[in-house]
Amino acid sequence: MGRERNRVVVDASSRVPSGTGRNPTVIQQQAQILSYKKLRDDYFLLTIVAPEIAETAKPGQFVNIRPPADRQFILRRPFSIYKVNRRGEWAATIEVVFDVRGGGTAALASLRAHDMIDIVGPIGRPFAIPKNRNSCLLVGGGIGAVPLFYLAEELKGAGKRVDVLWGAQTASKLLNPIDAKRFGAQAVFTTEDGSEGVKGRVTDVMDDLLEKCGTEVIYACGPNGMLEAVTRIGQKHRIPVQVAMEALMGCGYGICMTCVQPVWNKTRDQIVHVRTCVDGPVFNGARIAWDNFASDPSVRASPAGN
Amino acid sequence: MAKAPDLSIDLAGIRLRSPVVTASGCFASGKEASEFVDLKKIGAVVVKSMTMEPWPGKPTPRMAETPSGMLNAIGLQNYGVEHFLAVDLPWLNRMGVPVIASIAGNTVQEYIYVAEMLRGAPGVVAVEVNISCPNLEDRNNMFSHDAKATASVLSAARRALEVPLFAKLSPNVTSVAEIAGAALDNGAQGLSLINTVMGMAIDIHTGKPKLAGVVGGLSGPAIRPIAVRCVFDVFRAFPHVPIIGMGGIMNSGDALEFILAGATAVAIGTANFIDPNSTTKVNDGILEYMKDKGVNNLASIRGRVKVEG
Ligand SMILES: Cc1cc2nc3c(=O)[nH]c(=O)nc-3n(C[C@H](O)[C@H](O)[C@H](O)COP(=O)(O)OP(=O)(O)OC[C@H]3O[C@@H](n4cnc5c(N)ncnc54)[C@H](O)[C@@H]3O)c2cc1C
Ligand SMILES: Cc1cc2nc3c(=O)[nH]c(=O)nc-3n(C[C@H](O)[C@H](O)[C@H](O)COP(=O)(O)O)c2cc1C
Ligand code: FES
Repeated sequence: MGRERNRVVVDASSRVPSGTGRNPTVIQQQAQILSYKKLRDDYFLLTIVAPEIAETAKPGQFVNIRPPADRQFILRRPFSIYKVNRRGEWAATIEVVFDVRGGGTAALASLRAHDMIDIVGPIGRPFAIPKNRNSCLLVGGGIGAVPLFYLAEELKGAGKRVDVLWGAQTASKLLNPIDAKRFGAQAVFTTEDGSEGVKGRVTDVMDDLLEKCGTEVIYACGPNGMLEAVTRIGQKHRIPVQVAMEALMGCGYGICMTCVQPVWNKTRDQIVHVRTCVDGPVFNGARIAWDNFASDPSVRASPAGN
Repeated sequence: MAKAPDLSIDLAGIRLRSPVVTASGCFASGKEASEFVDLKKIGAVVVKSMTMEPWPGKPTPRMAETPSGMLNAIGLQNYGVEHFLAVDLPWLNRMGVPVIASIAGNTVQEYIYVAEMLRGAPGVVAVEVNISCPNLEDRNNMFSHDAKATASVLSAARRALEVPLFAKLSPNVTSVAEIAGAALDNGAQGLSLINTVMGMAIDIHTGKPKLAGVVGGLSGPAIRPIAVRCVFDVFRAFPHVPIIGMGGIMNSGDALEFILAGATAVAIGTANFIDPNSTTKVNDGILEYMKDKGVNNLASIRGRVKVEG
């Protein structure tokens, strides 16, 4: 394995410093796959040589990857940053974990070491790490646990208490429970089929866990239904909830308005459509208008057009 | 040594340093994209269509990816013309890039309001009239699908504005040239084509449309042949009218197809989502082509597709 193979090619034309926009650190680059691994479960892990992205990426941010040689589907695919290694063997790397859902992720699963991919990142508003709250509960639904690994590392680094609660359909969909046990003061797992941990959902055990851990802030990522339920439990206990949300994304850098979430304004009298890619993906759960997905008539009445 | 080819173009009397502009709604107002793109290299920024008041747009899902393209039903979410004038335009002016403002509305009155607000706006070198909007006074028929409605919007905008007007045409009609004629007879100096192709996608597992807006607009390489044909037809009908051609342009080769079909300038839309630097790459590729082929200026190859007979 020569050094040569790990050389990073940065598309210089993409790095016009302007300092004018919202996210001066986002870049586009051709990056090399350092390694590919199928995890014990149904998930794939790619380690990508991306020093500039690794340098500035924060927990909760994501990268937008162009699947290789996939001529039928042309858009990029967004993936949360799972881990960042700033002191890699030759160069700094980032890791992403995904499950195969369709053509794009299938193409990514066929990548091997030394392949090149076109990647944009780091994108989005990261998780906020509050100064005066100490006990953090991380709630991950299935593959939604991905961004919480990097978050856990940062929280531990900041001297916080971290507890984890992973839920999934079945044991093989729980993301890396071994590491989760390592960094969680408490590590609780729920599966709907009872194949590992508590049979049921994360919300079935949350009330108890919040008491036991003295939780002061909740971080959650997973399906919308779970995020809504976790937010409501947090509100009941008066604990703030930060949710990392998914959305279909056209561009992933704020220009197309495809990815919006319905969000209450500060005075809670109006719902505004806020972009997930650059204004999220992390939101204050209490600000999401959970009842207003798709069915809100006032929103639906808006005029047609692109 | 041969002189470097001249990339600049004359678009309805405006001199642009490059034939490459952005497609409305596919570049916002340029701020986010400026992290990647050297705005100085592109001809003009055509901004997202703006309306009288802020529009919230449609619920999600607003997008469905389809082979070689995407369907969107954003619903023209935008902050309104006042926000454009107060925030986006001053920023664009500071960047030193010419601006083509795109306007939209649901009634002729709404178009007039936006047009009047834009009168004399600094740096706005032209206005593109997006007539692919439902007309509330005509059972939500799109203005662009009816020659009379097209004429009334264009003539109203003409009275309000002094800068050149470009009518943005929809391909979802029997004869694009007929609508083009109505726009040109009523004050349009130029034409932008094409807007998205209407389409629909259904999730067979839920039985529901994939878009909350039910139907949407198709863009990307899937529509390129349709767009090239529209430009070709309109150019043959109106060879002296400037045309901004667009629809599925991914690279300079695609852009040159439009120019040979009759486009004066080209707009890059969906390609910006995939490669944020598409505009400048197209720009550089056109320059290469001109050097290779000994083309000194693009006007000399505009519409020069070799059609026998
Ligand atoms: C901010 C963010 C972070 C994400 N992080 C991860 C991650 O860490 N690991 C992971 O496995 N997945 C993650 N996803 C979801 C991932 O992007 C989709 O699984 C992937 O795009 C599916 O592509 P496909 O071609 O395989 O599927 P297809 O179903 O063929 O895709 C068709 C279209 O739908 C879109 N799409 C499908 N499912 C989703 C989804 N759940 N969210 C957004 N778009 C979707 C695709 O981008 C594409 O445009 C994330 C999504 C977002 C928005
Ligand atoms: C997400 C999205 C938003 C768009 N918004 C607008 C708009 O606000 N006004 C407009 O005139 N056209 C709008 N369009 C149409 C484009 O400007 C362009 O005409 C069309 O997408 C075809 O070009 P393309 O294939 O290069 O994208 C939009 C297209 C997309 C994909
Ligand atoms: S995905 Fe385009 S604005 Fe967020």
